[in-house]
Amino acid sequence: MSTVFEARHLNKSFGGLAVAKDISISLARGDRVALIGPNGAGKTTFINLVTGHLAPDSGTVMFDDADVTALSPTKRVRQGLVRSFQVTRLFSEMTPAEHVALAVLQRTGRSGRMLGNFQAMQDVMAEVQESLHSLGIDHVANRRVSEIAYGQQRLLEIALALALRPKVLLLDEPAAGVPQSDTSRIETALAALPADLAVLMIDHDMDLVFRFARRVVVLAAGAIIFDGSPQEVTQDMRVREAYLGNYANARSAA
Amino acid sequence: MAAEQTISPASKATSGPNWLLRDLAGLAVILVLAGIGYLLFPNNLALLTRITAIALLVLSLDLVTGYCGIATLGHAALFGAGAYAAGIAAAHFGITDPIIMVVIGAIGGAAAGLLAGAIMLRGHGLAQLVLSIAIVYLFHETANKASGWTGGSDGLAGISPDPVFGLFGFDLWGRTAYVFGIVLLVLVFLLLRVLVRSPFGMLCRGIKEDPVRVSAMGASVNATLLRMYVISGAVAGVGGALNAISTQVVGLDSLSFTTSAEALVMLVLGGTGSLYGGLIGTLVFMWFEDFVSSINPFHWLTIVGALLIAVVLFAPSGLYGTAVQLLQRIRDKR
Ligand SMILES: Nc1ncnc2c1ncn2[C@@H]1O[C@H](COP(=O)(O)OP(=O)(O)OP(=O)(O)O)[C@@H](O)[C@H]1O
Ligand SMILES: [Mg+2]
Repeated sequence: MSTVFEARHLNKSFGGLAVAKDISISLARGDRVALIGPNGAGKTTFINLVTGHLAPDSGTVMFDDADVTALSPTKRVRQGLVRSFQVTRLFSEMTPAEHVALAVLQRTGRSGRMLGNFQAMQDVMAEVQESLHSLGIDHVANRRVSEIAYGQQRLLEIALALALRPKVLLLDEPAAGVPQSDTSRIETALAALPADLAVLMIDHDMDLVFRFARRVVVLAAGAIIFDGSPQEVTQDMRVREAYLGNYANARSAA
Repeated sequence: MAAEQTISPASKATSGPNWLLRDLAGLAVILVLAGIGYLLFPNNLALLTRITAIALLVLSLDLVTGYCGIATLGHAALFGAGAYAAGIAAAHFGITDPIIMVVIGAIGGAAAGLLAGAIMLRGHGLAQLVLSIAIVYLFHETANKASGWTGGSDGLAGISPDPVFGLFGFDLWGRTAYVFGIVLLVLVFLLLRVLVRSPFGMLCRGIKEDPVRVSAMGASVNATLLRMYVISGAVAGVGGALNAISTQVVGLDSLSFTTSAEALVMLVLGGTGSLYGGLIGTLVFMWFEDFVSSINPFHWLTIVGALLIAVVLFAPSGLYGTAVQLLQRIRDKR
């Protein structure tokens, strides 16, 4: 198997609270992994440690066989380690078309250009169109993001991440906050992710998790308590105790 | 949801297809106003030229504040650096060609922008604001102490620019200076409109809204902001050089805290992040200042203060921003 990403023995504590305890996860090309766990288990913290938004107290992050633990978040992104955010982070005054264009320009080394406009760049416009179309949000391409529905904003988050052509994609609750009626669009988008992309997705919606993931990792109180197939996870006693007991709560809170 | 829209540039886009029309209209308005000013106030061209120079400072401030979200109370440091660079070149080195003086002013301003930006970008929020104030005081004090070069508190005199292209001498009435200033303003304004629509301009707007999102897209936030600071410095420096050329002196007030604060006030008054707002704010503020202080020289600051409170409370997006919103609402209703 070709491993593209590996977190080795990551540890992190905030004050006295250990939120990552010796976490090791590796991803291979084409992986579909779900990272689940109760609220406050440290899932988002794990993503922050991996992307460099937080520095681990100890442990290493390997990407494409190189140690990237000391690299800045932006350098990791440029190598293909891309994330999305649990709470949408978009530019409210800009349009979806501008968002995707900015990502495409950034990826192709043109985001610093001081002349011209992306609307005059045919390759950029073609990619913007294709990206928004494939996620079904092309009809709002030229509206302000603050004016479009939350579900469409979540889809735009995915579009942005994909426009960077990642090798590893870390999705932090892509369907969080989206009304049930709209989750199917997001699920379709997830199913259509490039086959050789390694994806790690956090989510509380177990139906979504079971349909998406071929491997499930369970995090509780900062430690991995399970790493295996979706079929096994429901039978694992420790998971039941630590997690599924909270499942109802987690679900109503999400 | 609205009716189906194609992705080809449509109405709501911040950089719509009518940008060319809009900028040409903006250009026409500037030229018409400049012409009216010239005809109506032939004895007041010095004031109009000063307004033009300050407009360049406010445009420059809009680049970092309106487009990048950096609040600064020290931006006159860049304006003053340009003024002194051009003035010193003329008074001490005999470089008196006005166009070369403007270029030197731009370089001086850009260098000051690089320095100020490198310091400012180390802080955030309140710390950043305090750093900006410290910078303008340091610049001011340096100019004050280096009186051999700058004339200190007496001001730098002995600046006598050559005729523009060897043809148009700087006359007593300030006609040449005024036209020279308007031409500079128009050129800079058009270049900046291109800049803010470019991918770089879009990146800056992104940073203003959410730097973390921008870095998660793989772009370096600080390097981008520093570049904008250097450009902003060059623009402010052109304004400073214009001031040095038209008044033929450079005083310490050109890099004062007061000038910096007033520039910010003008920008907020007109509206940030459009370039148009900056121009309108400068014109209204300086005209109002002149008008009110001629009626009542003692209370003009009070009146200006009251006006500002009114604008900030009732039209928080500035005169231009509010006008645009009103127009949009009328158009949406139809
Ligand atoms: N910057 C921080 N400083 C201090 N504590 C933090 C910080 N970030 C997270 N925490 C704490 O770390 C713990 C794990 O938080 P994290 O956001 O990683 O949980 P999560 O598993 O993503 O939860 P959720 O399902 O609610 O998103 C929580 O107790 C949280 O309060
Ligand atoms: Mg989380």
